[in-house]
Amino acid sequence: MKMLNQVKITFASRSVNEGFARAALAAFLVQLDPTVPQLADLKTAVSEAVTNCIVHAYPSCIGAITLTAALYEGGIVRITVTDRGVGIPDVQQAMQPLYTTGDPEERAGLGFAVMQNFMDKVRVSSTPGRGTRVTMTKKLDARARPST
Amino acid sequence: MARVCFVPGSGTLAAYLSGEIDHHAAQTLRNEIDAQVDDRLPELLTLDFSGVTFMDSSGVGLILGRGRHIRALGGRLTVQNPPAAIRRMLDLARIAYA
Repeated sequence: MKMLNQVKITFASRSVNEGFARAALAAFLVQLDPTVPQLADLKTAVSEAVTNCIVHAYPSCIGAITLTAALYEGGIVRITVTDRGVGIPDVQQAMQPLYTTGDPEERAGLGFAVMQNFMDKVRVSSTPGRGTRVTMTKKLDARARPST
Repeated sequence: MARVCFVPGSGTLAAYLSGEIDHHAAQTLRNEIDAQVDDRLPELLTLDFSGVTFMDSSGVGLILGRGRHIRALGGRLTVQNPPAAIRRMLDLARIAYA
């Protein structure tokens, strides 16, 4: 699978950067000419992954979040969100819908469920104390192809 | 950037949400809505999403949290007018809307 283009951005785990991450991704994806629903899916998935970093990976400090977006032949978009935060002891449990270690009054516990629903494939690898990497892939339909 | 405008009625309070609702915006929206609810004690709180252009699961948390808040005060919550992109998120969370 040939990579056509890639962007890598590192930013602080401040909640105001959730919107920045979505906007940066959207700007990068312009070259694919995605449909509005496709773009909404990708932005939603990234928003969930970045929010997880801010809320869970760095619960009591500001750390670095790295967003990588790559385009491959065939309209495939791969997004990776990486942090060096507290890590997830049990990834399978964390990915269960409604499971949250955040404020149960205000967090829905749907972050990973949304990522899985809005993307084709989601892979999570994590080491407690060292951080987490979320890799998400989505194939866009024929309209969305790089213009070169 | 998200905003909320309030339209109070007789025993009702409508909160018209607009813009992008994420975890960052939800923190402010939560405080603004709860302050109005605590002040007016409506029987019915309506969250109107017609002006919302983006919402992730933080918006679901916002809705669930406001539901708990108003139920604790003896009232109830309804959700109305979500655009198509928002409906998908609400359906995933099994939140009913009009």
